[in-house]
Parts: sequence; structure tokens; C-alpha cells
Amino acid sequence: MGNQAKVKVRNLTKKFGDMTVLDNISFDIQRGEFICIVGPTGCGKTTFLNLLVKLLEPTSGNIFIDGEEANPKKHNLSFVFQEPSAFPWLTVEQNIRFGLETKKRSRMENDNTTEYILEMLGLKECRDKYPHELSTSTEQRIVIGRSFAVRPDLLLMDEPYGQMDLKLRYYLEDEVIRLQKATKSTVIFITHNIEEAVYLADRCLILSQKPTTVKEEVGIHLPHPRDVSSKEFIQLREYITEQIKWW
Amino acid sequence: MKKSGKHWGGKILLGCVGLGLFLSLWQLLMATGVISERTMSTPWQVLQTFLEKLSSRDPDGATVQEHFLSSFQLAMAGFFTAMAVGIPMGLVMGYFRTARRFLNPIFEIVRPIPPIAWIPIVILFLGIGMPAKVFIVFVAAFVPCVINSYTGVKLTNPVYIQAAKTMGAGHLRIFTKVCIPSAIPMVFTGIRISLGASWSTLVAAEMLASTNGLGYMIQMGRAIIRPDIIVVGMLVIGCTGALMSFVLGCVERHIAPWRRDSL
Repeated sequence: MGNQAKVKVRNLTKKFGDMTVLDNISFDIQRGEFICIVGPTGCGKTTFLNLLVKLLEPTSGNIFIDGEEANPKKHNLSFVFQEPSAFPWLTVEQNIRFGLETKKRSRMENDNTTEYILEMLGLKECRDKYPHELSTSTEQRIVIGRSFAVRPDLLLMDEPYGQMDLKLRYYLEDEVIRLQKATKSTVIFITHNIEEAVYLADRCLILSQKPTTVKEEVGIHLPHPRDVSSKEFIQLREYITEQIKWW
Repeated sequence: MKKSGKHWGGKILLGCVGLGLFLSLWQLLMATGVISERTMSTPWQVLQTFLEKLSSRDPDGATVQEHFLSSFQLAMAGFFTAMAVGIPMGLVMGYFRTARRFLNPIFEIVRPIPPIAWIPIVILFLGIGMPAKVFIVFVAAFVPCVINSYTGVKLTNPVYIQAAKTMGAGHLRIFTKVCIPSAIPMVFTGIRISLGASWSTLVAAEMLASTNGLGYMIQMGRAIIRPDIIVVGMLVIGCTGALMSFVLGCVERHIAPWRRDSL
């Protein structure tokens, strides 16, 4: 099991001055797994993702992807930020191609993948439009499409639906599951919405208050699509909520 | 489409009404004697002088087209050189720290010096010919090009840079594919300011022993107390500036199609 791990986090510590944000965190993520990270506000969830993609350097500890030190230039990583990050000067299609071109994929692969993603996300109609001409949810779909287009080994999502209403959230959550299954990507999804975490995840990592450690790992073995009103779903949601409470 | 045509028609009509009101007010102030005819000409006199100057070289030695062509060459030579040097310099300074540290001290010293203050030293180095005047226009147009390009890159949303970085983009790709497109609106603002600065410095540049040019024409008008000639020179500069600003807007719409709605 340990050998199959896609991501290995070992003794990860991050300090900002005297403040310890992440304290000696270790865990594994399996290939093709959908992990949700939940925890109290300000516990360092975003810091953890930024460490994974090397936007920040850890104070100590290591992150390994496929047994090698994590490196965005070497590994096939993708990040969906909380803020809209579709490039405003590129059309929908050009946005989706951006990651593929950065990774220097062949022209044929670029064309095929772009068509596939546009089809999957229902963006074919607006392929030549610019992000500002579309709704916020469509813009976030462009970003999600751009991230999945590179068929990432590891996709990191930082509260991507934080600014959306409930209906759109459900719609996009189903879309992410569909894309993840189709591309067999490994996903780390950060959210403060417990229901969202239980709806999406194969496993939930519950983080503690600062200095943050992994308080508990909860496996979620419910079939997709999940019924949010089922007894098992509600029990899991309530259990995780209880574990997050630090007061 | 119909709505768009109507929209443009309305805009043009409103502009014409504004212009008509301005000319009427000007004529009224002259007719009632609020402004003396010794210090100012009527719009009608200005129009007559303009039409005369299309074919007559009197009293300043050249037709209005000859003056215009001379000034236009001068302004454009300075303006385009400033763009060619200033924009890349600003963009590079905005992204690459080493370039910023290397160039910023020189730029910060040059920046506050008014273009006119360069005239004496320019005469010593370049004489009083065309290169000297072009240099003065260049100095005026160069500073806004650098500042706006630099600021445009610095104002790039960090999320876009981080998104490109996490996809594995290197510095060159981030600079060319993220920072430069993101800076385009600011670059165009800089170009607009530069264009205005080029024309406004023109008169000062043409004080360098000119024998033609719109600045020279204005100077001659002052010397022989002909306000109509002064106003013709001013209006030709104004109209050319407005026309070029319009052309610049069209170029911007073409280069930055994602901003079409806000232009």
C-alpha cells in the first residue's frame, strides 16, 4: 500500500516567524484518490496546498510525488484557486489550451484534449468567448477544465466553489467527480463545507487548530452519486463536524 | 446591430452639439466685445485663415500642410522611438528584479527633468537640427511609456502568475504569456499620455531655430500679432491629436479584443 502512494507527506512543518502553522504533518495519498481536507478556519489548509506546489517552501519535512521531491516543473500538477483565475485575455478555448501548451504536449493531443474538455463541460458554444462575457460559475468551469486538461497527476483545489450558490455547487461538484473518474486524477480538495467534503471525498483529512496536525482521517465509502439525505451521509457529516470542533 | 448604430449616431450627435455650443459661445463672446478682436479671432476668421493657408505661404513662409508635415514627422519620430525603447524597458523592469535594480536609479534621476530643461544640453550635443528636436519629443514621450508598462506588469494579478507557475511555466513564459498581456491596458494608457506629451513638447522643440512646423507657425503668429494663425496652428495640433487618439483606440481594440466592451 505504502509503495503505491501517489503523494507522501513526511514531517511537514511550516513556520512564519515564531508562529507554527503546520506542525510535523505526515500522511499518504493513493493514486486516483479524492481527498478532502477540512479544518477550522485559518488552520493552514491553503498554506498546505501552497507548499505542495512549491509556491511556499516548507520550514522542514518533505513532500514526495511518485517518490520524488514535489516540483511543478517536473510533476504534472494543477491548481484551482478560490479566486477566479481564468486569464481574461484568452478565450475559453485558449484558456483550456494554456496548460497543455505550457506542458509542451503535441499539437494533436492539445486539439483532442481541448475538444474533449469543451464537450465534457458543455463549453463548446462559448469556446470563442472571453471570461468577462460569461458568468462566474462558467469562469470557474473554464479553470476546472484547464486544470483537468493536462490530465494532472495531482490536482489541488482550494475552495473552488466558495463563492457559488448551492445549486451551482451541486452541479459543479458532480462535474468534478465525473472529470476525476474520467481522467483518473488524484485530487486534493480543500473546503470548509463539511457536506461538500462528504459528498465528494474518498477520504477526509481533518486538521486541528494551529499549530496544525492531522487530527483524524475518515474514509467515506458511499457510492456516487451520493444521497445527501441518507442516514449514512448525515452520520458522517455530523461526525466530521464534531471532530472539527475545538471548543 | 441596429441598436449599436443608433448608439453611435447618438454619440456623434451629442459630440456635434457640444462642439456647436462651444463655437457659438466663442462667436457670441467676440460679437458682444467681451473678448477683444485684437487678442482673438472669430471662429469664422479662423476658418477663412485655415482655407487660405492651404494654398498660401504668407506670412510665415509655408502652407499649413507643409507646417503640419514637418511637425508630424518630428512628433512621430520622437513618439515611436520613445515607444520602441520605453515599453520594453518598462516591461522588463516590471518583471525582472535585476533589470529593475540596474535601470531604476538612472530612470528615477531622468524622470523628473522637464523635457524643456534638456534643450541647452541637446543644442550642444546635437545642434539645432531635426535630431535635437526629435530628442526633446523623445524625452517627453519616453517617461510615460516606461512608467505605465512597468506598473502594468507590477499590477498583474498574482493569482494568474501562481496559476501559470503551478502548471510548470518558467519565468519567460510567465513574462510573455501572463504579465505582458495583463499589462496591455496600462501600456496603452502610457501610449496615450506619451502621444499627448509628444505634441505638447513639439512647440518647445520647434523653438530650436525652426523655419517651419506648427510650433514655428504659432510663434510667428505671436510675433506678427495674428491670433487667427495661432488658433489655426493650435487647432491643427488638437485635431491631429484627437484623430491619433481615435486610431490608437482602434489599434487597442484590435490588439486587446477582450477589452472591447470597456473601450
